[in-house]
Amino acid sequence: MDLLSYLPFTLPHPALLLAGVLEGTVLAAVLALTALGLSIVFGIMRVVNVAHGEFYMLGAVLAWFITHTITGAVGGPPWLGFAVALIVAPLIVAAIAATTDWLILKRLNYDPEATIVATIGILYILQQLALTFYGPDARPVEAPFDFRVQTPYFGYSGYKLCVVGAAILLMLVVWLVLTRTKIGFVMRATQYDSETAQAFGIPVDKVYAGVFALGAGLAAIGAVLIVPIQQAHYLMGGDPLLLSFIVVILGGLGSLKGTLVAAIFIGLSDGIISTLYEPTLAKILATLLVAMVLVFRPQGLFGARAA
Amino acid sequence: MLTLSNIDAFYGNVQVLRGMAMEVQRGEILCLLGRNGAGKTTTLKTIMGLVQARTGSITLDGDDIATLPAHEIPKRGIGYVPQGRRLFAEMTVAENLEIGLMTRGKGRKVRERMLDLFPVLRDRLKQVSGTLSGGEQQMLAMARALCLEPSVLLLDEPTEGLQPSMIALIRDVVTELRGGDTAIILVEQRVDAVLSIADRVLFIENGTPREAVDADELRKEPALVQRYVGIA
Ligand SMILES: Nc1ncnc2c1ncn2[C@@H]1O[C@H](COP(=O)(O)OP(=O)(O)OP(=O)(O)O)[C@@H](O)[C@H]1O
Ligand SMILES: [Mg+2]
Repeated sequence: MDLLSYLPFTLPHPALLLAGVLEGTVLAAVLALTALGLSIVFGIMRVVNVAHGEFYMLGAVLAWFITHTITGAVGGPPWLGFAVALIVAPLIVAAIAATTDWLILKRLNYDPEATIVATIGILYILQQLALTFYGPDARPVEAPFDFRVQTPYFGYSGYKLCVVGAAILLMLVVWLVLTRTKIGFVMRATQYDSETAQAFGIPVDKVYAGVFALGAGLAAIGAVLIVPIQQAHYLMGGDPLLLSFIVVILGGLGSLKGTLVAAIFIGLSDGIISTLYEPTLAKILATLLVAMVLVFRPQGLFGARAA
Repeated sequence: MLTLSNIDAFYGNVQVLRGMAMEVQRGEILCLLGRNGAGKTTTLKTIMGLVQARTGSITLDGDDIATLPAHEIPKRGIGYVPQGRRLFAEMTVAENLEIGLMTRGKGRKVRERMLDLFPVLRDRLKQVSGTLSGGEQQMLAMARALCLEPSVLLLDEPTEGLQPSMIALIRDVVTELRGGDTAIILVEQRVDAVLSIADRVLFIENGTPREAVDADELRKEPALVQRYVGIA
């Protein structure tokens, strides 16, 4: 006798479920990278970077320019254009972020409230610059390679699986840098007490510029990885910003471990719910979850209790 | 060695230092005495570049250091023990020492010397510094600053909340540093501690230097202290 037939709803077909899990994993990987950038900036600088999604958008748009130039104008192979974009686009975005830090955030003394207002301004400036120079169209970037990985039910994009692998590798690198290197050590000292850090020779201004660049660069890398799957568009920064905020709030502000766990959770559930039901439902549930966390556990699932 | 002249400093629009001035030589202990809020801590922060002097000059061996970025000042050999210790509380004892060593690129030899000087720290290298006792924390704050092998040492109320044996240890260390030709500026509330160690005492009132007095004179006539600050 079939017990399952007693359930008040029908279980989805396993093929659909698997598709949802795979899509969710890709989303989770890219989201984890992007949210990690937001989380590091907040953790070390106490700056809520509302323009984070625009650095993501810039990464995608620059990736289009770079691949378009190399494959279109010069006639190079797609993998070459993509490889160059993967390295150069995040570096350009990081440089723009460091300049922004120096021109704007530093002059506000990193005041937590003033920087929120300032980054809202930066959001619109970057968006309008992209609209002016890139235009209102969504444009595709060709994947550097594609092959199919056969599952029991269907063939799945090998590129998407590589995105997951690349994201995991990058996060491992970031984690090693933060915990095992002198740069990470100096960043932590700055995070704990920036004034005393200065009194011991740590160039806090440079650390902040570097952290802001790193945060933006991580978002840009996430965007370059995603742009062969989604298209590059000047308004594409909204969703990653919202999801990153959800992840960072769920995980606990400034907690890297929490950020990762929350990104995996939100990415997977978003992927599964979007595939089985619809994307709007996924966003509604995530937002509800954030509301619950804010009410019952405002420090986040992994954050330290506020002092 | 270290000279401040005519320093004005502000927090926002509020002026805290008004014409602050002092001079300290190698092998000398200058004590700053003044009421709460007189501007002693602000004076030390201004020397460290953590508060910007709006006017006046700060020179170290003749070089103007007031215009240097804050992180360059410790590299010139000024060690700082802040009020309230200001350890990196989430970091271990070893990591706090490491930050001091990094400042001027000192190595294992200096580290060993610090651990000999403050043996309590040797047993606790792996301990998170926020969990140390108050006395141990003060030892660590001293050791971290001494890791620079500083030629000028700024101490902001290093004996605050410590038991007499710890105070004695700190006094011994400071006295020995003076013998080693370090210039020391010591902020202290306790007049007895000041009198037992200082070479000169500078009275500060309302962000302004009032009078620099030879400590010997005060030792002969402690009532003078009353006249200058009314604390005792
Ligand atoms: N960060 C700050 N912002 C604004 N005002 C400040 C700040 N720090 C200190 N002040 C003010 O500056 C004045 C001098 O403070 P300072 O800490 O230098 O005094 P102090 O002599 O060290 O006092 P204490 O003996 O209590 O340590 C005080 O009136 C204080 O309220
Ligand atoms: Mg003080």
